[in-house]
Amino acid sequence: MSLEVNGKQYEVDEEGYLANLNDWDTDVANKMAEIDGAPLEENHWEVINFLREYYEEYQIAPAVRVLTKQIGKKLGKDKGNSKYLYELFPYGPAKQACKYAGLPKPTGCV
Amino acid sequence: MNMLHTINKSPFENSTMSSCIAMCSQDSSILFIEDGVISVMKSTKFSELIENALKEFKMYVLKPDLEARGLSLNNVIEGVEIVGYDEFVDLTTEHKTVQSWL
Amino acid sequence: MSEDGVVKKFMYVNRKSPYGTIYALESLEVVLITAAFDQDVSLTFTDDGVYQLMKGQQTEGIGMKNFSSTYSALGDYEINKIFIDKESLEERGLSLSDLQELVWEDEDEDYAEKSSINLVSRAELSEIMNNQDVVLSF
Repeated sequence: MSLEVNGKQYEVDEEGYLANLNDWDTDVANKMAEIDGAPLEENHWEVINFLREYYEEYQIAPAVRVLTKQIGKKLGKDKGNSKYLYELFPYGPAKQACKYAGLPKPTGCV
Repeated sequence: MNMLHTINKSPFENSTMSSCIAMCSQDSSILFIEDGVISVMKSTKFSELIENALKEFKMYVLKPDLEARGLSLNNVIEGVEIVGYDEFVDLTTEHKTVQSWL
Repeated sequence: MSEDGVVKKFMYVNRKSPYGTIYALESLEVVLITAAFDQDVSLTFTDDGVYQLMKGQQTEGIGMKNFSSTYSALGDYEINKIFIDKESLEERGLSLSDLQELVWEDEDEDYAEKSSINLVSRAELSEIMNNQDVVLSF
């Protein structure tokens, strides 16, 4: 399967996750969100950028629980809770945000 | 040249390394790869065995496997030659036969 | 697992060098997955398992994913009981300074960083293992 962004083809799996981490750029993320019908805003980007940094450091996408806790520590308690994160990413914060961030599905994602 | 033996198991895991050294004929060489690279590190309980065997056999160790495991090249027992994939290929062609110990 | 409110003591025993076999990576993945179940989890590194925590792993040459940095995330998963077998280090000419430092943040103390690593003898390990409800060996 593939995703077309700016005339270029990107390989994705059957759930829409990018096959190659290095293919990612902001246009790819915006395109994925556009297809899902909810364009990315600044609040989304905070989480997406956090996930990319976390992956860069630890080589994993964090579980939802870890994501929630770490977002709370970094961006404040008003953002570090499931309600806020599920409003931003209704398909599941780790699952959906990881897809936009070009990361594999989180380990332990159920 | 006679035989090239390759060892890919840690000496702590099973007796492959000791058996190989016991059965090696004089003009053979031993190449340590994968977890086998642990065999040629200094100050382990197997270091002395390797140091003694070096008097009889040529020994080589694969550099990428050392690096992957965070094993310092400076801690490889002196006399064991550190090689890359190219030399690995050369070694297999230079020797009459290859025995890959499993 | 914890639906009835019972928290069990789980210990994962890591005994293999990384990369040569799949055990080290499999164990790490299972640990991260089961961390979601709110159990009392501890990790032991013994025998060749101590090599899993070596500093400075560089896997470009063997074309495999370097998962050594993932151990640093264990603290985020509230896994902060890491036991290292002292005799296994000694047999290999290694010391704690050859291994990564693993820490966790104590939320109750303003996220103070604390070490997760406990250097223990085999006698102590035997005792700790005896007190587990579930021991999984990799």
